Amino acid sequence: MMLGMLTATSGAQEPVSLVHRPAPQFSLPDLHHARISLEQYRGKVVLLNFWATWCAPCKLEMPRFMAWQKQYGPQGFQVLGVSIDDSEPPAAAYADQLHLNYPVVMGDPHLGERYGGVLGVPVTFLIDRKGIVQARFDGESDLGAMEIKLRTLLADPAH
Amino acid sequence: MKWNRIGKRRLFAPALLSALSIVALHAQQTMSATEIPQNQLVQPEQLSRELQTDPHATLILQVGSRMLFDEAHIPGAEYAGPGSRPAGLETLKNRVAALPRDQAIVIYCGCCPWNRCPNLGPAWRLLHQMGFTQVRALYIAQNFGADWVNKGYRVEKSQ
Repeated sequence: MMLGMLTATSGAQEPVSLVHRPAPQFSLPDLHHARISLEQYRGKVVLLNFWATWCAPCKLEMPRFMAWQKQYGPQGFQVLGVSIDDSEPPAAAYADQLHLNYPVVMGDPHLGERYGGVLGVPVTFLIDRKGIVQARFDGESDLGAMEIKLRTLLADPAH
Repeated sequence: MKWNRIGKRRLFAPALLSALSIVALHAQQTMSATEIPQNQLVQPEQLSRELQTDPHATLILQVGSRMLFDEAHIPGAEYAGPGSRPAGLETLKNRVAALPRDQAIVIYCGCCPWNRCPNLGPAWRLLHQMGFTQVRALYIAQNFGADWVNKGYRVEKSQ
């Protein structure tokens, strides 16, 4: 049920960019009901991917993310999914079907807002080892460019 | 022998009807937004103008993601369930069942690029099958964030 309206805004506006800013912290249950916090991955390069089971471009990306998790995981890389499905069962079923090798938490509207507005998927953030957002990718992204960026972050001791 | 044939027919007919209804439902659920006729689309700029002129003339229904709706939606819009899911179509059907068939309705989603949206086509088809004659679909090229929010058109968010 819609509880009420908080705001009505207008006027051309650029989305708040999180790039080069600290990634908003969160602690949310994953698909197995274990608590996952972003903080627990501090020291790793994190690929944070907002997705949904009804999102065709999301489904195209996920096998690549699984391959990256396997390939770059030992170097300190971690993929973390955020499902924006309306409920958990479809996300859990799809994760099982795919044999997903990274955790997925269930998102909420506040998390999307704190990440600068997630009003369409997929949206993917690359977060460096210090917890700073280094890139945002919207929509059907160039996965080659994304991989180059994450490899740069993995190799750079300053990040 | 004759009774055997009749018995088979009795068994076969319901099975055939059931199979046909599943095929019909699947076809309805998989209709692409690109199949909605051009003359039944409304552009964001036009809808924004219409809302400024008379915000109550048109019933606006979001037929995509609840989470995206809660984060931001068109002022006055109602959430009507994801058109790609049977439960979503049922929600939409129930919402409009008692309305006059000439009620002006705009449906929108904005979850994904237009040609990837799984929700709008089935919702549009359902409304037409129910006999609604004044249905338009909001053309969102990329997603609701890029094509509505970032363009400065008014939004509300759920509490």
